[in-house]
Amino acid sequence: MHLNKLIDNNNYFLKPTVFILSCLPIFYLVCLFYFDQLGSNPIEKIIRYNGLWTYRFLILTLSISVLKEQFNLFHLFYLRRMFGLFTFFYSFLHFLSYIVLDQYFDWQEIWLDIKDHPFITSGFLAFLLLIPLALTSNTKAIHLLGALTWSRLHKLIYFISLCAILHYFWMAKLLDSPTFIYLLILSCLLLYRIPLIRKLRWLRTSPNA
Amino acid sequence: MIIKTINKSSNKENEVTPEHIYHQRRKFMKSTAAGLAATTAASSVLLAGCGDANSNNSPGSDKVYPDASTKPQETLTPFEDITQYNNFYEFGLDKADPAKYASNFPSKPWSVAIEGEVDNPGVFTLEDILRPHSSEERIYRLRCVEAWSMVIPWNGFPLSDLIKRASPNSKARYVEFLTLYDTEQMPGQRRPHLDWPYREALTIEEAMNPLSFIATGLYGKNLLGQNGAPLRLVVPWKYGFKSIKSIVKIRFTRKQPRTSWSDQAPAEYGFYANVNPKVNHPRWSQRKERRLGEFRKRNTLMFNGYAEEVSYLYTNLDLTKFF
Repeated sequence: MHLNKLIDNNNYFLKPTVFILSCLPIFYLVCLFYFDQLGSNPIEKIIRYNGLWTYRFLILTLSISVLKEQFNLFHLFYLRRMFGLFTFFYSFLHFLSYIVLDQYFDWQEIWLDIKDHPFITSGFLAFLLLIPLALTSNTKAIHLLGALTWSRLHKLIYFISLCAILHYFWMAKLLDSPTFIYLLILSCLLLYRIPLIRKLRWLRTSPNA
Repeated sequence: MIIKTINKSSNKENEVTPEHIYHQRRKFMKSTAAGLAATTAASSVLLAGCGDANSNNSPGSDKVYPDASTKPQETLTPFEDITQYNNFYEFGLDKADPAKYASNFPSKPWSVAIEGEVDNPGVFTLEDILRPHSSEERIYRLRCVEAWSMVIPWNGFPLSDLIKRASPNSKARYVEFLTLYDTEQMPGQRRPHLDWPYREALTIEEAMNPLSFIATGLYGKNLLGQNGAPLRLVVPWKYGFKSIKSIVKIRFTRKQPRTSWSDQAPAEYGFYANVNPKVNHPRWSQRKERRLGEFRKRNTLMFNGYAEEVSYLYTNLDLTKFF
């Protein structure tokens, strides 16, 4: 497979291209706002939109290791940090739109919401735990913490993903097909982390390909 | 002689902002917001400004809006919002689905069956059901369990008039309503999201309350498919899902009928489903609500602001238990 070479040869273009592509969702949202296309409940629309893109980037981030191991695409690792940071970026917008647009800094209501509603509790926890990961995403932090501590810290993403799954599951009034598909993909990506399942490298291409 | 009695908590025409003025205000808010959005630094100020621009019509705090007896100034929700933001799972789960898939609904002749503990049972054509009633307008708040709300000018007639014609006997204690079941006309019913057909019910006392209404139109036009054409229930002191749409059967029963959402998730939705800011829902806080078109949330009122007309129905009922 020459995909690794392809990634390698185009490394200068790849990162900026993926960066720009990852910015498109927020650009599109701004366009929807500007052209008054957010529908009857714009606040709900903005919150859901950012939440959905958080899930998409979380899925991308978690897929990188799988692709690396199953298809030997270790060069994709260049992109993992960026996807992780975009997960944080969209979750931050999601959180911000909840605090500002939905609750308008009504701290008492926000506290009661976190306390009384399991789907808010899990979502809030997931966002909170993403902060240290985003802050230590630079190379300096890896040196500062030491590779082992850093890697242990970043294992938090699995717990965060679990919170995210619960957040979506408890939010849904009925388990409709889009919800089900997102939950299924995320669950598979988490299950893959269980060592026993991981050994099943059923798709693995030969190393010298 | 026509004697018109007006409930204290219902909205009169002169308290309601006409639709075109409402649109102007909305446009103003949008342009203000867009202009300020360009200067990114002032984002929190811009949002405060949005709220203020609308504040004479959106009293969100307790100071302005102390209790249900003080009538709030209401703004009619625009026709487009009422007809494009709908929960009607028979046409799909997305709020925009009903407007998309119900545009030609109903495409077949309509009839309503009246059965159970009544002296005048039968299957009636839509014309037979509607003919004896003169149409009147009711401006009602609609509060969805998902914590959003609208103000809708309905056209129709009191449910009690229809019940009197059916003439229930002394055994009738509940009135059950069923939505049409037709997977051809209602594509959402092909998926088992709910146990179709949709079912709702009221106690006979609730059904006879003067607020209970059968709507056949809104904004002076015939009901559109997405709003429950050709006829639907409107019980404004209960969460929106009680106001069942596209009714084909009205049954008078002795026992409390099962209802769709209560069957689906009994811990979340009760039989009564009265709007009650004090009873928490596992997903949505019921203390506040967002009126469509407004920025700041409002406090939700007991019985959606209709306490004066309906609280007598529940004097001996523990509303935290019978939610």
